[in-house]
Amino acid sequence: MAIDLTQFHQTFFEESLEALSDMEAELLRLDSHMSGRRVSDEFKADNESLNIIFRAVHSIKGGSSTFGFEVVANFSHVLESLLDDIRENRCKTTRDLISILLQSCDCLRTLVQNAQNGINTVPADINEFQIKLESLQGTNCAVTLDRRQKTRSIDHNDVAGWDISFVPNKNILSTGNDPVRIIRALTQLGKIRSRLNIKSLPSWKNINPEDIYLSWHIDFSEPIKKSQIENVFSWVIDDCVLNIIQKTDTQKSPTSKPVPDTDSNVDTRAPAPGASGNGLEVQSIRVSTPKVDALVDLVGELVITQTMLSQFSEEITPESIEKLQFGLGLLERNTRELQESVMGIRMLPVGFALNKLPRIVRDVSQKLGKKVKLDISGEGTELDKSVIESMGDALMHIVRNSVDHGLESPAERINAGKPETGTIQVQASQKGGSVVITIEDDGNGLDRDLILHKAIEKDLVAEDANLTDEQIDNLIFIPGFSTAAQVTGVSGRGVGMDVVRTRISELGGNVEVINKPGSGTKLTLRLPLTLAIMDGLCVKVGSQVYIIPLLSVIESLSVPDQNISRPAGGSELVPFHGEYLPFLKLYELFNLSSAVKNTSDGIIIIVEAESKKIGLLVDEIVGQQQVVVKSLETHYKRVEGVATATILGDGEVALILDISTLANLVNHKHHQGHSLKAAS
Amino acid sequence: MATILTVDDTASMRQMIGFTLNDAGYEVTEAADGNEALAAARKSKFDAIITDINMPNMDGISLVRELRSLPEYKFTPILMLTTESQDSKRKESKEAGATGWIVKPFNPEQLLNVIKNVLN
Amino acid sequence: MDNTNLADIKENMDDLEQQYLTFRLSDQDYGIPILEVQEIKGWTAVTPIPNSPHFIKGVLNLRGTIVPIIDLRLRFNLERKEYDQFTVIIVVNIAGKLAGLVVDSVSDVVNASNEQHCEAPEFEGQLNRQFIEGLVQFDEKLLILLDISKLADIDDLADVSADQGHSTTPEEN
Repeated sequence: MAIDLTQFHQTFFEESLEALSDMEAELLRLDSHMSGRRVSDEFKADNESLNIIFRAVHSIKGGSSTFGFEVVANFSHVLESLLDDIRENRCKTTRDLISILLQSCDCLRTLVQNAQNGINTVPADINEFQIKLESLQGTNCAVTLDRRQKTRSIDHNDVAGWDISFVPNKNILSTGNDPVRIIRALTQLGKIRSRLNIKSLPSWKNINPEDIYLSWHIDFSEPIKKSQIENVFSWVIDDCVLNIIQKTDTQKSPTSKPVPDTDSNVDTRAPAPGASGNGLEVQSIRVSTPKVDALVDLVGELVITQTMLSQFSEEITPESIEKLQFGLGLLERNTRELQESVMGIRMLPVGFALNKLPRIVRDVSQKLGKKVKLDISGEGTELDKSVIESMGDALMHIVRNSVDHGLESPAERINAGKPETGTIQVQASQKGGSVVITIEDDGNGLDRDLILHKAIEKDLVAEDANLTDEQIDNLIFIPGFSTAAQVTGVSGRGVGMDVVRTRISELGGNVEVINKPGSGTKLTLRLPLTLAIMDGLCVKVGSQVYIIPLLSVIESLSVPDQNISRPAGGSELVPFHGEYLPFLKLYELFNLSSAVKNTSDGIIIIVEAESKKIGLLVDEIVGQQQVVVKSLETHYKRVEGVATATILGDGEVALILDISTLANLVNHKHHQGHSLKAAS
Repeated sequence: MATILTVDDTASMRQMIGFTLNDAGYEVTEAADGNEALAAARKSKFDAIITDINMPNMDGISLVRELRSLPEYKFTPILMLTTESQDSKRKESKEAGATGWIVKPFNPEQLLNVIKNVLN
Repeated sequence: MDNTNLADIKENMDDLEQQYLTFRLSDQDYGIPILEVQEIKGWTAVTPIPNSPHFIKGVLNLRGTIVPIIDLRLRFNLERKEYDQFTVIIVVNIAGKLAGLVVDSVSDVVNASNEQHCEAPEFEGQLNRQFIEGLVQFDEKLLILLDISKLADIDDLADVSADQGHSTTPEEN
C-alpha cells in the first residue's frame, strides 16, 4: 500500500508560512521590549514567547522531514538547535540575536516557498547563513550526529544468536505496554523459544490484577543485529531488567541498557517527489468552526422554511396567504443571512496584512537611524481574503514611505519641538460596505513646493498651472512621480504612490491624502469588504441597465444644457463645484439608441477613479442595490470599459462599469483645474 | 474496527496520519491540542492514542498524565510523536505514562506497523 | 462489473461519439458533435456587450453563469434573419467554456460513422473552410459537420472581426 504524500503538501506549506508569521510577530514583540537598550544587552525572553517560536520551527522541521523537503528540514533543524540553546539558557538573548532569528525566519520562509515552487536547492546566501547559525550554537547539532555514528558501530554481524532475559517491572502495564505484545514482536524477527518464569507470582490474595509478576527467558537462534532486538524493547527499557547476551562461546558482552537506536526510523524518509510544485495554484482558506456551524444552522432553517412554504402551496386559501407571506419573509431573511455567512467564510481579519508592518517599520527605521513607534488598531476588522492579499503590498509601501520620507530624523524632530520618537498610526475600521484603513504619521507632511517643482521638472504639470493645495498633494499619485530627493534604496526605485493607487482602484477602492505641512501626512484607503458583492447604482441607458460601483460615485446632477461648456476643439465639460469636468455620453460610447441625448433630459453621474473625476450621462437612475459580481471572462473575455457583470432580480444580465478605464478614456488635459477655468 | 485518537497541532501531520489510518480501516478522530484531545477522550473511549509533544494550550506530556489518571485510559497504548533530537522529552513522556514513541520523520508504512503492533 | 458490460458501454460511447445534432441555417443543414452540446433553449433577449464583434449578440444568464451568445448566421456572414418561434440557442461546452449558438431551428440527431465522412472540398461557397470538419451525405441531403472549437474560440473572435473586412469570402449563391 502506498499513500501519496503530495496531497498533504499544500496544507504543510500553508501552515508553515503561517507558523513563520507567528514566529516573526513574537520576535518583533521581544524586540520591542528591548527597544532603547543596546544591541548587545542581554535580556531574559519570556518562556511563552520562546515556546511559540520553538513550536513554529519544530513543526516545520517535523513536517518537512516527513514530506521529504530535506532542505527545509536541515535548516529548521539547525535553527531548532539554536532555539533549544536559548531556551535552556546556554545562549545569551540579545537584540543582535533577535535580528539573527528574524533573518532565519526570512530564510526559512524562502526555503518553504521554494519548496512550494518545486525548487529543492539551497540558495548560496541561505547556505552561508545556515553555516553561521551552526557556528552560533553549542554542540547540540554535532552530538546528534555523533550518537548516530556510535549506534552503528555497536552492531556485530557474525553472531549465532541471542539469549535474552526479560524481567518486566510490576507496573509495566500502566504505560500501556504489554509483555506478550513485545514477545510477539520478537517472533517477527525470527524463530524464538521462550520460557515463562512464574516463580515470583505471589499468593492469590496478594495479587494485584494490574501488576505483572512474570518474567521470560528467550532463546533467539537467528543471526540478527543486536539493535534489532533492542528496538523491540526500546519503549520499555526503563520498565524492565533486560539482558541480551550473544550466543557465541568466545564473546560474551552482557549489556543491561542498550544505546537507544534512532537509526531505523531515519533511513526511510519519504523521497521528495519530482513534481512537488504542482499544487501551486490551489488556494484554500481555513475557516473557524463557529463560522461553519452558523452556516449549517442557517441551511437547516432554510430547509424548514422551504418545507413550510411547499406545504402552504398545496392548500392555498385566502387565510393561508398571510402565512405564505410570512413564510416568504422568513425565506428572504434566511437567504440574506445565508449569503452573509457564506461571504463571511472568505473574510479574514485585516490583521493578516497589518501584521507585516512592524517588521518593515523595524527594518527601515533601523537602517535610517530613525525612532518610530507603530500603533496598530482595528486588526480584527474583517475583509475578503483576496482583498487582503491584493492590498498587502500597497499598505507596506505606504508605511515604508512614511518611515522613509514622512518622519524626520531624531535630531530634526527635537529641533522642531517634537518628541524624538515619531509615531505612525494605522487604523482599520468598517464603514458601511467598505473598510477604511488610515495611515497617519506625525512627520513633516508633504513639501508642496518640492512636489510642484518636481512635477514641472518632469513635465507632469504645465509651468504656469495654477493648482490648489489639494491638487498639488494629489500629484504624488501620478505615474512616474517620486518625491525622494535621492533614491534611498528603501522606497525609491521608481515604484511610487501611483502603483499604490492603481492597485487600490483595481480592487474597487480609492486612496486619499491629507497633508498637514509640518505636522504630518494621513493616507486613507477605502476598500470594498468583498469582491464578490458590491453596492451598485443602477442606471438606465436606452433599454439597458448598467451598474456603477457605488464607491466611485460622488454625486448625481441634473444639468441644463446651457450650463455645459463646449470649448472649441475640446470635449464638452460639466461644471462641478468650481471645476469643469469632462463627461462621457454612455449611449454614444456603447452605441445604443437612447431617448436621452440632451443633458437637460438626463442625469450626469459624477464618478471618481484614480483621483480623476468625470461625468457619465445616463437616462435615469433606477436605484441602488447590492449586486453579486459575476465574471465575464469565465466564458467570454475582458471587455473594455466593463469590469464584470451581475444578474438582476428578473434574471437579466447587467454590466458593471469599469470606472478607471472610462476615466482614462477621457482626455485629461482638461482636468488640470484653474488654468482651464480661466480659459473657458 | 479499532478507534484511534490522533493529536497534533499541525494540520498536515494530522491529515497525513488520519488519512493513513483511515485508509487502513481504522476509525480516526483528530484533535489539534491536548485540551481538545482530552475532551474527545472523555466523550468516547479510544483503543489507541497518537500524540505530538509540542502543542499549544496543553502539550503532549501533560495530556498523557491527564489520560493516565482516567480509569478507562489506564492501559491504553499512547504513542508520542518525537524527533530524534528529543531524548529528554522521550524520557519525560515515558515517566508520564506514555507507551512508546514514533520518531519523525516516519512514513505511512512505519506508522501502520507500529499501530498494528500495539493494537494486537 | 464484468467484461461484457464494459464492452457494451464502450460501444455506446463509440455510438455517442458519432452522433451529431443537426440544425438548419439558411436552408442548409449543419451538424455538431452531440457530446459537445450542453443544452438547447429557445431564443430569449440578451444583454448586448459594447465593442464586441457584430456576431456576438450579447450575454445571457444561464443559471447564474454568464454565457456569450453567437449568432451563427452573422458568424458565417449569412443574411440576417428576424428571430422567431423556431429560433434556438444551442449551448455548447468546449473544453469547459460555454457559448450559445443562435440557429434557425434544430432538426434531429443523426449517426454519422467515420466511413460516411468525406473531406471538405477546396471551396465551399460562403462558409469559411476553417469551421468545417467534414461533409456527410445523408438522406439525399448534404450535412456539413462543424468544428465548434473554431466557431466559438473566443480568443480568436477579435482577430476574425478585425480582418473581417477583407479576408472572409463574399456571399455567393
